[in-house]
Amino acid sequence: MAITGVGDAAVAARVRDLRKTYGKGDAMVRALDGVTLELAAGEFTAIMGPSGSGKSTLMHCCAALDTATSGEVFIGDRELGGLKDKELTRLRRDEIGFVFQSFNLVPTLSARENIVLPQSIARRKPDPEWFDTVIDTVGIRDRLGHRPNQLSGGQQQRVAVARALVGRPTIVFADEPTGNLDSHSGAEVLDLLRRSARDHDQTVVMVTHDPVAASYTDRVVFLADGRVVDELRNPDRDSVLEVMVRVSAPVEV
Amino acid sequence: MFRAALKSLLGRKVRLLMSTFAIVIGVSFVVGTFVFSDTLSRSFTALVASGVGDVVVRPTDSNAANEPSTRTVDPGLVEAFGDVKGVARVDGNVRSAGVYVIGKDGKLIGGNGPPSFGANWTDAPAGHDLEGTAIIAGRAPEKADEVALDSRTASEAGYVIGQDVNLATATDRGALTAELVGIIGFPDGGSFNGATLAAFDTATAQDLFLDGQDAYTDIWVTAEPGTSQEDLAAAVAAELPDGVEAVPGDEVADEAATPIQEAVGFITTFLLIFAGISLVVGAFLIVNTFSILVAQRSRELALLRALGASKKQVNRSVLLEAFVLGLLGSTIGLGLGVLLAMGIRTLFAQFGLDLSGQPLIMAPRTVFAAYAVGVLVTMAAAFFPARRTTRIAPVQAMRDDVAMPVSSLRRRLLIGLVLLAAGGSALAAGLTGAVPRPGYFVGAGILAILLGVASASPVISYPLLAAAAWAYSKMFGSIGALAGQNSLRNPRRTTATSSALMIGLSLACTMAIVGDSAKASVDKTIEENFVADYIVSSLVGQPFSTGIGSEMAAVPGVQSVWAERFVYTQLDGEGQAIAAAEPAVMRDGLHVDLVDGDLADLGGDTVLLDEEYADDEGLGVGDDLEVGLADGPHTMRVVGVFAENPLLFSPIVTTTQTLIAAGHRDSDNFLIIDSDGRDGVKSALEAVVKDSPIVTVKDQEGLAAEQRKPIDQLVLMIFALLGLALLIAVLGIVNTLALSIIERTREIGLLRAIGVSRPQLRRMVTLESVVIAVLGAVLGVVLGIGFGIALMHALREEGLEVISVPFGQLVTFLVVSVVIGVLAAILPARRAAKLDVLRAIGAE
Repeated sequence: MAITGVGDAAVAARVRDLRKTYGKGDAMVRALDGVTLELAAGEFTAIMGPSGSGKSTLMHCCAALDTATSGEVFIGDRELGGLKDKELTRLRRDEIGFVFQSFNLVPTLSARENIVLPQSIARRKPDPEWFDTVIDTVGIRDRLGHRPNQLSGGQQQRVAVARALVGRPTIVFADEPTGNLDSHSGAEVLDLLRRSARDHDQTVVMVTHDPVAASYTDRVVFLADGRVVDELRNPDRDSVLEVMVRVSAPVEV
Repeated sequence: MFRAALKSLLGRKVRLLMSTFAIVIGVSFVVGTFVFSDTLSRSFTALVASGVGDVVVRPTDSNAANEPSTRTVDPGLVEAFGDVKGVARVDGNVRSAGVYVIGKDGKLIGGNGPPSFGANWTDAPAGHDLEGTAIIAGRAPEKADEVALDSRTASEAGYVIGQDVNLATATDRGALTAELVGIIGFPDGGSFNGATLAAFDTATAQDLFLDGQDAYTDIWVTAEPGTSQEDLAAAVAAELPDGVEAVPGDEVADEAATPIQEAVGFITTFLLIFAGISLVVGAFLIVNTFSILVAQRSRELALLRALGASKKQVNRSVLLEAFVLGLLGSTIGLGLGVLLAMGIRTLFAQFGLDLSGQPLIMAPRTVFAAYAVGVLVTMAAAFFPARRTTRIAPVQAMRDDVAMPVSSLRRRLLIGLVLLAAGGSALAAGLTGAVPRPGYFVGAGILAILLGVASASPVISYPLLAAAAWAYSKMFGSIGALAGQNSLRNPRRTTATSSALMIGLSLACTMAIVGDSAKASVDKTIEENFVADYIVSSLVGQPFSTGIGSEMAAVPGVQSVWAERFVYTQLDGEGQAIAAAEPAVMRDGLHVDLVDGDLADLGGDTVLLDEEYADDEGLGVGDDLEVGLADGPHTMRVVGVFAENPLLFSPIVTTTQTLIAAGHRDSDNFLIIDSDGRDGVKSALEAVVKDSPIVTVKDQEGLAAEQRKPIDQLVLMIFALLGLALLIAVLGIVNTLALSIIERTREIGLLRAIGVSRPQLRRMVTLESVVIAVLGAVLGVVLGIGFGIALMHALREEGLEVISVPFGQLVTFLVVSVVIGVLAAILPARRAAKLDVLRAIGAE
C-alpha cells in the first residue's frame, strides 16, 4: 500500500477508507475504492491520475460538494458525515475555497465584489490587510472595478484564486485551474498557488492531469481505479511523467 | 434539419413545458373572453326570441322598448283569429314588469338590472316553434292565490311547491301572497339571464296588472307549419280593428333586442376591450418567453451553423419549432379558454347575470383569434432573436460566455416615445370630443400609451431598477446586491415581464379612480341638493303605487309629500326619460324656477325644459317636440324653461295627467317629504311601506349609500376581471424567473459552492421577483392615475365633477404587487435552491 501519511505535520484534511459507488449489480462503478489520505497543513498537493481514476470525485467529497458511499472525511477536526445541508453550506463558506476550471465568477459583480462575495454572504468584512496582501499576490489591483467579461481568462482565474484565498479557508481546492488557460497565464496561476502555500501557509489541493502543473507542487498523489497507487515528494515534470506512464498501464490480473 | 429541430424540441422537456405554458395561458385568456362575450350577447338574443310568438298582435305604435302600458287588446280577437287560414293557435298574454319575488329571508330576489316579470301562464310556443318555457315541476296556476315561479328564482328564494310565496308589485295591490304550485323552466336549455318570472292564471293576472279588465296586453298567433310569419301577419291584419296591429315575431324580437343589446352593450364593449388587453398581455408573455429561450439556445444554433447549416436553415428550423409549439399551445389554450369562460360566467352570476343555462358559444372568430395569437405571435417571437443569433459568427457564438448582439435600446426608446406621443394625442382628441367616435380614440390612445411605455420601459425604468438594486444591497447585503444586479442584467427582460402587470394594474387604477370619483360626485350632488328630509323611492327606480304617497301624507309630523314620476319615451329615435309632477307640486314643492314661459301654461301635451338642455338642443318656448309615449307619438309644445333644479330628475318635464292620458300607468317614482322634525317620523314612514319591500324611505345618508352601491358593484366586477389579467401577469413572472434560473444554473451552482445557503438563494430569487412586480405596479399605478384623472376630467361635463383619487386603494395595489412578487417566486426559488451543486457547476 502506498504511503499516505504526512508524518508529524499538522493535518488540514484527511479521508479514511473512502468509497463511492454509482449504479448497482453489474453496472456498478467504483469511483472511489477505499481511499485513505492525509493532507498536511500548508502544503500544496496535486492529485493526479488518468481519466476515470476518481480524482475529481475525491476532491468533490473532500470539498463537501458530494457525499461518499462510505468512509470518513475530516476537514480540520470536523467529520463531514452526518452534517446537514445547512452545516455543509457553512463549512464551504468558512473552511473551504474553490478554484474551478471555468473560472465561475458571477458576471453581474465586479472583480472586487466577486472576491469578497463569500465573506459578504456571511455578513463579514474581510481583513483589509489580508485583502491587500491577497490582491498584491494575485496582482489584479488595477482590475478590481472591472466585470468578469472585461477580464482575460488568466485575470479571471486570478480573481477566482483571490476569492478562494481571501477568507483564509482551512483548505483551497482547485479543479484543473489551468485547463482553460494558455501556458503563460497557467504558469502565473500555478505560481500564485505555490506562493500562497509557501508564503502564507495555505493548504492547497489541486486536481490536474498536467505533469507541468503537478511539478509546481510539494507532493503528488496518484490515483488509479479509485485507489491511491503512488505518491511523489518534491516532484519534477519527468518524475511525474514516469509515474503517470506506470500507473496508466493496464493492471494485470 | 427538420428532424434536428424536432429532436431539439423534444430533447428539453422543461423548456418545452415552459414555452407551451406561456402560449396556453396567453391563448386561453383570449379564448375565455371571446367565448364569454359571444355567449352573453347570444343569450340576450335568445331570451328575446323565446319571448316572442310567430305574430304578435298589439296596440299600434307601442314599442317594446317602452314601459308596459295600460293599453290593451280586445280579448274577442282571440276567437276571431281562430278561423284565419294558417293559424295553429292563439294565446292572449297579460304581462307586466315590476313583480318582485321576496325570498324566505325577506330579501328581494334579483331587482338589480335584469327585469322582474309578472304574467299569465300560457304554454304558447315562441316564434318558429321554439319551445320556450314549460312547467317542469308541479302544475300551472289555475286560480287566484296560485303562482308559478321560474326555477332559479324559486330556488334562490328558498321556496318549494306548496309553500306560500311573498310577492311585491308596483301596482296598487302592493304586496301579495300566493301558493307556489309550479316551477317554470327551459326543457331545451336556456335561462332568463337573471330575470325573474312569476306566472298566474289569466284572470288573476288581469286582476293584478290590468285592474281586472278582461283584456290582454298582447296576443300571440302561432302559425301552422308552412305558413310564414309575414303571410300570417297579413292574414291576421285583415281581422284587426283600428288601433291594433299585427307584427311578425322576428320584427318584434329585433325591436326588443336592440335596446336590450344597447343596455348590455357596455358589458360586451368592456369584454371586447378586455379581450384586447388579454391579447396584448398574452402576446407579451409569449414574446418574452421565446426571446429568452432562443437566446439560451444561441450556442446550439451556432453549432448547427458551424456544422454547415445555412442561416436560412437555422431560421427555418426555429420557425418550424415555434409553429409546432404554437399549434400545440393554441389547441390546449382553446380548451382551457372554455374553462376560463365558465369561470367568468360563474363570476357574472355573482353579480346577478345568470347565464348558467346558456350553452357556451365557440364562434369561428374565436378559433381564428386563438390560432392567430398562438401561432403567429409565437413564430414572430422566436424569429427575431434567432435572426440575431445567426448574425454573429458561429465560432463566436459557441464560446463560453457569449455576448449576444443587443439591438440598441435607443431604438426601443424611440419607438416607445413615438407610441407615447401618438397615444397621448389620440387620448386628448378622444377626451375633448374633437373627433367622431371619441371612445375609439380614447381606447386606442390608452393602448398606444401602454405599449409605448412597455417599449421604452428598459430605458425609463433603469433609474428605478438601479435605485431598487441600491436599496436591496443596503437592506439585504450581498444577497440583495446579487438580486438587484440580476434585475439590471437584462433590463429588457425585467421590464417586459413587469409590463404585463403594468397593463393590468394601470387599468385597475383607472377604474378605482373613476369609481371613487363617481361616488364622490354622487355624495356631493346629494349633499348640495338634498333639501327635503326624506326621499321615498324604490330600490331599482321602479314605480310604486300612488297610495303610498297618500298614506304618508297622513303620517303625523309630515308637513308635505311631493310626488314625482318619470317614464322612458322615444325622442328622435333614442330613449329619453321624461319626468312628470302636478303643476302645484312643481311650484310649491320642487320650487321650479322658470326663466322663460309660465308654469300656468303647463297642461296636456306640453313640457318644460331644463335651461341647459334647451340651450344645447336649440329649443325654446313655443317649439314642438315629437315624443313617443305609450300610445304613440305626441307633439308636445315647450311652454317654459326652468333653471337647473336638483329635484327634477330629467331635463324634460310634463304633467302627471299627460302621462296617464297617454296610457302610462298611474304610479310614482319618487316622493319628497318634509317633516316638522319630530322623532319617529322615519319609522312611521317605514311602517307605511313595510309590505312593499321594493320601496324604501331614505334620509340623506341612506340615499347616498344607495346610489353608491351600483358603482361599487360595477367596479368590483371589473376588478374581478382584471384580477384574471393580474393572474396571467403573475404566471408571466413565474415563467421568466424559472427560465432565467435555468439560464443561470452554473452561476447558482457556484453560489452554492462558495457558501450561499438554500434560504439565501430563495431570498435572492424572491427579491428579484419583487423588483419585477413592484416595477410593474409603480408604472401601472402612475399610468392609471394619469388615465383616471384624464377620463374624469373629460367626464366633468357629464355631472361627474369631483376627481377623487383613492390613495388607500392605490397603496393597497402596491402592497399587493409585493405579495404577487413573493408568491410568483415560490416555485422558481424552490427550483433554484434544489439544484444539485455539482451538476449545476458542470452544466453548460
